[in-house]
Amino acid sequence: MNKWGCLWFLLIALVFAVLGTLLGCFYAVYQTEQVIITQFGKPVGEPIEEPGLHLKLPIIQDVNRIDKRFLEWDGSPVAIPTRDKTYIHVDTFARWRISDPKTFFVRLHDERSAQSRLEDILGSETRNAVAKHDLIEIVRTDKERKPLRDENLKNAPIGLGTIGVLPPIQYGRVKIEEEIKTKGAKKLAEFGIDLLDVRLKRVNYNPDVLGRIYQRMISERSQIAQRFRSEGEGEAARIAGQKERDLNEIQSTAYRQVQQIRGEADAKATEIYAQAYTQNPHAADFYNFLKSMETYRKVLTKDATLVLSTDSDLFNLLKRAGTKPSNAPPAR
Amino acid sequence: MMDEPPELQDLKIPHIPLRLIASIAAVLLLLALAWTSCYTVQAESEGVVLRFGKFLKTVEPGLHFKLPFSIDHVTVLPTRRQLKLEFGFVTPGYTNPYQPGKDAREERSMVTGDLNAALVEWVVQYRIEDPKQYLFDVRNPDQTLRDLSEAAMREVIGDRTVDEVITIGRQDIEISALARMQELAKRYMLGIRVDQVQLKNVNPPAEVQASFNEVNKAQQDRENAINIANGDYNEAVPRARGQADQMIRAAEGYRFKRVNEAQGDVASFNAILAEYVKAPEITRTRLYLETMGDVLPATGEKIIIDDSMRNLLPILPLNPKPLEKR
Repeated sequence: MNKWGCLWFLLIALVFAVLGTLLGCFYAVYQTEQVIITQFGKPVGEPIEEPGLHLKLPIIQDVNRIDKRFLEWDGSPVAIPTRDKTYIHVDTFARWRISDPKTFFVRLHDERSAQSRLEDILGSETRNAVAKHDLIEIVRTDKERKPLRDENLKNAPIGLGTIGVLPPIQYGRVKIEEEIKTKGAKKLAEFGIDLLDVRLKRVNYNPDVLGRIYQRMISERSQIAQRFRSEGEGEAARIAGQKERDLNEIQSTAYRQVQQIRGEADAKATEIYAQAYTQNPHAADFYNFLKSMETYRKVLTKDATLVLSTDSDLFNLLKRAGTKPSNAPPAR
Repeated sequence: MMDEPPELQDLKIPHIPLRLIASIAAVLLLLALAWTSCYTVQAESEGVVLRFGKFLKTVEPGLHFKLPFSIDHVTVLPTRRQLKLEFGFVTPGYTNPYQPGKDAREERSMVTGDLNAALVEWVVQYRIEDPKQYLFDVRNPDQTLRDLSEAAMREVIGDRTVDEVITIGRQDIEISALARMQELAKRYMLGIRVDQVQLKNVNPPAEVQASFNEVNKAQQDRENAINIANGDYNEAVPRARGQADQMIRAAEGYRFKRVNEAQGDVASFNAILAEYVKAPEITRTRLYLETMGDVLPATGEKIIIDDSMRNLLPILPLNPKPLEKR
């Protein structure tokens, strides 16, 4: 029994050992990685990039997996003064790839040391680039861009200073990123690293500068506010003036027309009368008489005192006499 | 491995459990086999199958079988789901671990093209378009998208004035940022399609908010002043126009009246004249007497004097009544 048991265990152990060694001959390369085989720590052969199942010597050869994908590098934010002495916080990120796994493996061995190398190189390139340029170069990108202007400020004159205007630039953010990338890429190439892109993720004012920035923003705004108010008052005054003008124009034009019409009317009436009364000698005579009569009717009211001479036409039939009531034609 | 320990015990409890252990092991093995050789892909997702780490195929939603253990490896990606990233703010209850940022305050603070500070919050909607690229070409594509989206947004904001950012340029910013993000996502081979960029709250920093409000107020004041002035104008001018028309119409009326009356007078005169011409003397006398007859009874005081009497004055004042009446 004891003997059999020992044998059993030896057999099982042997099977496991063989199995283990056999399994140790196989390794899988994932789609996302490449593999460098090392023998006692020394790389052997070319890196294996083809994904799938591969063979190696068991025990003495080791598998070193190296990522094939684009990897991230997220720089820690750094406070840098720009060329125009504004302190800003710059946060950078980069995408990179291990393009030469062998060199990479020999020089850096793993990703952690790669990250710290990236931090060194890209961090210092960023610093250099930022310190070489004015803040506006880091903020803006497109040299040609003309800003949209607020309808309300459209007719604002040049006196408004920086409001609604983008300060001109020479290079711009993308150019500076490009600069960092080119310089960094050159230095990283010797580590077997291919730099795809470097970007300034965040550019913010240093908290110490913020107070001044806010102050400037406030003064800019109050300038605009004052402008609006003054525009309002100016426009109101203009409208009030227009009102005066229009009123005077309307009223005087009306007066002129009224006078003209009335004048015409009087002239026309006068013409009609004159024509009628001068159509023949009788007419003028008769008109005078009629008018006198009409005038009597008006003048002789119950308040009037009438002194009648016996010599008037009225009494002519009673006693021949004569009188001359103002315009009345004598009828003697 | 397990060479030495069971020596003594094995003697005492020999044969019976060996079979049991073997059958239990076999059942467990079968269960594990079954468990690891089937999987489901949800309706909104796609599965990517790797065999020994090598890409094999992508599979559609449903129940699928694969080689057991880790020979085949399946990654399920929600390719049909619209995913969302939030910048500068956090909406609780998210499922996508990349949706909120690490530091919302840092994310939203930006510098505009006229060197003002602004707080910008936005949302990016995206979808996994190419699962192969998404899985194999970039590590951490979602985080990469976050980073590039921040960079792109700042690039766009950096080329705009604070007025554009806060008020008039919002749509323009969304369009430009979207274009820039799509371009970068393509360049980084993320396998992601950026569908939409939406600006949320965009504000000046709290410290200067008051002065921005002041500008709005001033703008209202301006409109108000102009409205009041226009009100005054509108109150006076149309009325004056109406009144002017009234005066002109009245004058025209006067013209009609004058002319018509004149014509009427003349017509009546002409008619009478025609008769008058036939017998002037008698007509005159008749008219004179008729007039007197009408007028005299209504007259107040009547004094009849003889023609020979030359001096009236002594008489008139003696009669007080008509004077009093007057």
